[in-house]
Amino acid sequence: MKQGKWRFLTRRVGFYLATAWSAITLNFLIPRLMPGDPASVIVRQLQRQSGESVSPETVAAIQKLFGDPRAGLLQQYWDYLVSIARLDFGLSVSRFPTPVGELLGAGLPWTLLLVGTTTVIAFLLGTGLGIAAGWKPGGRLDGFLSPLSTFLSALPYFWVALIALYVFGLVLGWFPLGGGFDPDLYGGPGFLGSVLEHLVMPAATIVFSAFGGWLLGMRNMMVTAVSEDYVLLGRAKGLSAGRVMFRYAARNALLPSVTGFAMAIGGVLGGALLTEIVFSYPGIGYLLYDAVSKRDYPLMQGVFLLTTLTVLLANFVADSVYVMIDPRTREAGR
Amino acid sequence: MILDVKGLDVDYVSAKGAVRAVNDVSFQLRRGEILGVAGESGCGKSTLIMAIMRLLRPPAALTGGEVWLHPRDGEPVDLAARTDRELRTLRWRRIAVVLQSAMDALNPVARLSAQFADVLKAHGYRDAGKRTAELLEMVGISPDRARSYPHEMSGGMRQRAMIALALACDPELVVMDEPTTAVDVVMQRQILSQILQLRDRLGFSVVFVTHDLSLLVELADRIAVMYAGRIVEIGEAAGIYADPKHPYTKGLRDSFPPLRAPVTKLSGIPGTPPALRDLPPGCAFEPRCARRFGDCAERRPELLPVGGGLAACHLHDRERAHV
Amino acid sequence: MKVRVGIGIIAFFAVVAVVGPWLNDLMGIGPWKIDYDAISRPPGGGHLLGATSQGTDVLAQVIAGTRNSMVVGALAGVIGIVLAVVVGVTAGFFGGRIDALLSFLTNMFLVLPVLPLTLIVAGYVQDTGPVTIALIIGLFGWAPGARTLRAQTLSLRGRDFVMAMRMLGETRTRLIFVEVLPHLAGWISAMFLHLVLGAVLAEAGLAFLGISSADTVSWGTIIDQARQVALLNGMWWWFVPPGLCIALLGTATGLVNFGIDEVMNPRLRTADIKAMRKALA
Repeated sequence: MKQGKWRFLTRRVGFYLATAWSAITLNFLIPRLMPGDPASVIVRQLQRQSGESVSPETVAAIQKLFGDPRAGLLQQYWDYLVSIARLDFGLSVSRFPTPVGELLGAGLPWTLLLVGTTTVIAFLLGTGLGIAAGWKPGGRLDGFLSPLSTFLSALPYFWVALIALYVFGLVLGWFPLGGGFDPDLYGGPGFLGSVLEHLVMPAATIVFSAFGGWLLGMRNMMVTAVSEDYVLLGRAKGLSAGRVMFRYAARNALLPSVTGFAMAIGGVLGGALLTEIVFSYPGIGYLLYDAVSKRDYPLMQGVFLLTTLTVLLANFVADSVYVMIDPRTREAGR
Repeated sequence: MILDVKGLDVDYVSAKGAVRAVNDVSFQLRRGEILGVAGESGCGKSTLIMAIMRLLRPPAALTGGEVWLHPRDGEPVDLAARTDRELRTLRWRRIAVVLQSAMDALNPVARLSAQFADVLKAHGYRDAGKRTAELLEMVGISPDRARSYPHEMSGGMRQRAMIALALACDPELVVMDEPTTAVDVVMQRQILSQILQLRDRLGFSVVFVTHDLSLLVELADRIAVMYAGRIVEIGEAAGIYADPKHPYTKGLRDSFPPLRAPVTKLSGIPGTPPALRDLPPGCAFEPRCARRFGDCAERRPELLPVGGGLAACHLHDRERAHV
Repeated sequence: MKVRVGIGIIAFFAVVAVVGPWLNDLMGIGPWKIDYDAISRPPGGGHLLGATSQGTDVLAQVIAGTRNSMVVGALAGVIGIVLAVVVGVTAGFFGGRIDALLSFLTNMFLVLPVLPLTLIVAGYVQDTGPVTIALIIGLFGWAPGARTLRAQTLSLRGRDFVMAMRMLGETRTRLIFVEVLPHLAGWISAMFLHLVLGAVLAEAGLAFLGISSADTVSWGTIIDQARQVALLNGMWWWFVPPGLCIALLGTATGLVNFGIDEVMNPRLRTADIKAMRKALA
């Protein structure tokens, strides 16, 4: 039985490795699949945007991204893989000559702080309320929470962020309008407080926009679980309502919810990145915005790789949790 | 007497209106007795026992009647009038249940030991581990299987584990809802004889629900036959099987092969049970009955004494008039 | 009831998408018409929802934007659902190696983060008109639908009537079109709605990141433009309406899916329970 779990996890690792390889290859192919000579098109575009001539270093960085045209495609692919293995994502075009890896490294802690914590909070909050709503389907709590979360989960993150920024930042002035910290306090005694102060609004936005989805998912799983025989038996045993609700119904309803967590994490991350942009939060999302608006393709691709690998990692964590909480480890489930 | 059910009604309520699934059911159960409840699927037999245990799930609701439990020690309680919270101390201590499929009824994510321990602790047992081992041994399961999850056991073992679980708090009444339909015939025999042995040893009463009348002859002391939400015949098991008073009971008997005797002739009952939504005004079985006559379609027969038991059939009106 | 409200809202937006330009003409407003006297004016007067900082009418922009957002949504939805049906039903119906391969592909697209992926492709493509955007979104969004449809096909394949048809020697294509697809209709429509909503959201997200063509207006582009100017000037009337439209469409989709879920999974049905509570009270 223990063996079955290991086999399951090994298979998942294999799958994630294959997926990571596909993403890396996709990242290699996309620029090369574009018609014409993309490197010169982009250089021209940059020129048009900035209105001044592009430096030869920048041209070189762009050409490197698309590979040395003289080398064969296979040779290019090999070079690309080698540089990825060395965590070398090329040089940023918009902040030349900063390596993309350095920019990503600077942004990642902020994104992990913001997106990581809020995703976990939203999941716990949504799941908790979903348990309560699904325990008595059609009850008062369910009648209030389900429609509300249907509405909330349909709100675009960045729009909620805009409204929050407008109301709490601009009109009420409760929170700072953007950034991750107060530069005047950097490294000083008030630094941590300033980080927290800047964290509140973007974090609240993400939790607000994300928890409805978890709530609905858990609620439906819970409704299904509540009508199972094992819950009936739990009641027949004369156990307390709380025990039946958590140990019998919720414990089982949680299993598909964990799988759902793994699948939804990509979407949540996308929304969270957009939220960062609204609040000028110095994380990966803001880098992405910079990259897109300045056509910084190396940076864009770096962000894609980083987010993909992060999501794969999060999925693997979810798989491990699943294996821990489901004694059956059904491989057919996914 | 352990159980006294009086005029029990259960309705299935939907947006379109209510449908009566159990209609004015009354019966009594003696201490240590096994009562079999038989009928086709949809006759209300499972709903009846869920109502007795107050475990009905929406949209089913108990809408009338009384369920008096007479505990060994202490005052009789009307289960129908108690709140969920008040029932908690009675559950499993007094009434336990064995469900049709142990696979669905045991919590799939908890070890057997945990599923024994939580109910034992909830009802004040100290050494849950020891008690669990004792119970498992009682049904012929090695105590070291307590560490297993339900999916790691065979179907027959799961079902026996459920029976052991039901006996955990030494209940006075065990309700069994088709506990042997999910297992093969050999295992079925084994389980039935085990139930009889345990009953003799521990003295609990049983309400045993099944669609298979022949099985009840081996097991039950008395049998109640249900049709369209009502009891249509009730009496001593042997009597009901040898000489059914209601044409429906006879039909039910003839549609299953007896467990022991050689198979002779099997005949099903023509037609299907009536829709509960629009029952005929007279006898509900009238449209399918080979012996219908006179005003069977207009007048509903009462459940009245015939021979040693009770039957609801106009065929016996004349006999009664003579007595 | 829920379903009806949901369908009503979706139909409303669909109608606005179709007749939008005439509607604007009828009211004498246009998304590009500049009213110099109304620059940055709050709602009221000649401009029901106010005007932008360039003096264009917000309502007219939202109406015009409805068309592009809905076109992207519908087109991406169609592309996505076709891919989802082809991949999901084929995998579920044929099983074996085909299933293994297609499931692997589905799972892969399921875990790839769609926004960054869409973004780099859209970033490289020079033309970022609504059709291209829809194409890209549809191309990357089919996986969840395929996963659900595969599971449903799998369970359908095992049912008696399909087995019986197989015994009778029906061809597989006929089986798929005559028996399988009609039974999946509910799921397919639910998945389609999901895809449409996802595409509308994705389009808005891309526009928000600046990936859109300059001469089209959609809910996303309005929010994007408003963000740059409106926020600091307190012009809430500029960015609230388009976001509300997205939220409404999303809620409508959720309501319809609620209804479909309840039909597909009777345990989720709550109307009966409510009726019971009322009857017993």
